[in-house]
Amino acid sequence: MTRPRIRLPDQAKVGDVIEIKTLISHVMETGQRKEADGRPIPRFIINSFSAKFAGVEVFNAVLHPGISANPYLAFHMRVPGPGEFEFTWADDSGVKVVEKQRLNVV
Amino acid sequence: MSPKMNDSMLDRRDFVLGAGAVAATFLTASALAQEAGQNWEDALKRIVGDARPTEGRVALDMPEIAENGNTVPFTIAVDSPMTEKEFVRAIHVIATANPQPGVATFRFTPQSGKAAVASRMRLARSQDVIGLAELSDGRFLITRRPVKVTIGGCGG
Repeated sequence: MTRPRIRLPDQAKVGDVIEIKTLISHVMETGQRKEADGRPIPRFIINSFSAKFAGVEVFNAVLHPGISANPYLAFHMRVPGPGEFEFTWADDSGVKVVEKQRLNVV
Repeated sequence: MSPKMNDSMLDRRDFVLGAGAVAATFLTASALAQEAGQNWEDALKRIVGDARPTEGRVALDMPEIAENGNTVPFTIAVDSPMTEKEFVRAIHVIATANPQPGVATFRFTPQSGKAAVASRMRLARSQDVIGLAELSDGRFLITRRPVKVTIGGCGG
């Protein structure tokens, strides 16, 4: 997994419902493909995603092999006040990527 | 046939089914996680149990024709006030003809503001995609739409 890309609005007011867009690189190997010699290529995917804001989880996703490579996830949040997002992706090998980003609340 | 033998056989089968169900819950993070080859109706049944989902109110937006089955964009949304009293707990997405039908489970809180997600899925071939929403009051909503796929995308 490489550094994720996050898209937040430039600023938001308390009570606004904002959209958060995330993108991360990952092969999301389904486990259905085979090598040239017929050996199966094992499954290897990001299987979970979590978004916390000001320490509270607001959204999470369990992903299966049916999600495309380089998972794109866009979801929403009603702004409760100022704070920081913490996004976590975890893959089948147990590796976690955590990315934080402050939301500019005016 | 002695009543005693009947009873013990029933008990053993119930025990095996029960143990299997417990093991499955322990091992999987989502009701949609499954072994390859499992059918989508079982995955659906495991989520809704005996409840009957109501058709409609789930907006599943997908292209009518997907040129590349490896990456098919989708947006799924349920109209809901998203308050503590009434919100969408989860949305499950199922691709009925994929080798592994479960695509994802998205979980929301009243803080989500909107029960709407966008992502991209793999479709092995033309098929129906199902969106199933779980509401905070225990009810289920369901929608189903066909997607044509020109080049399949699960790699099989």
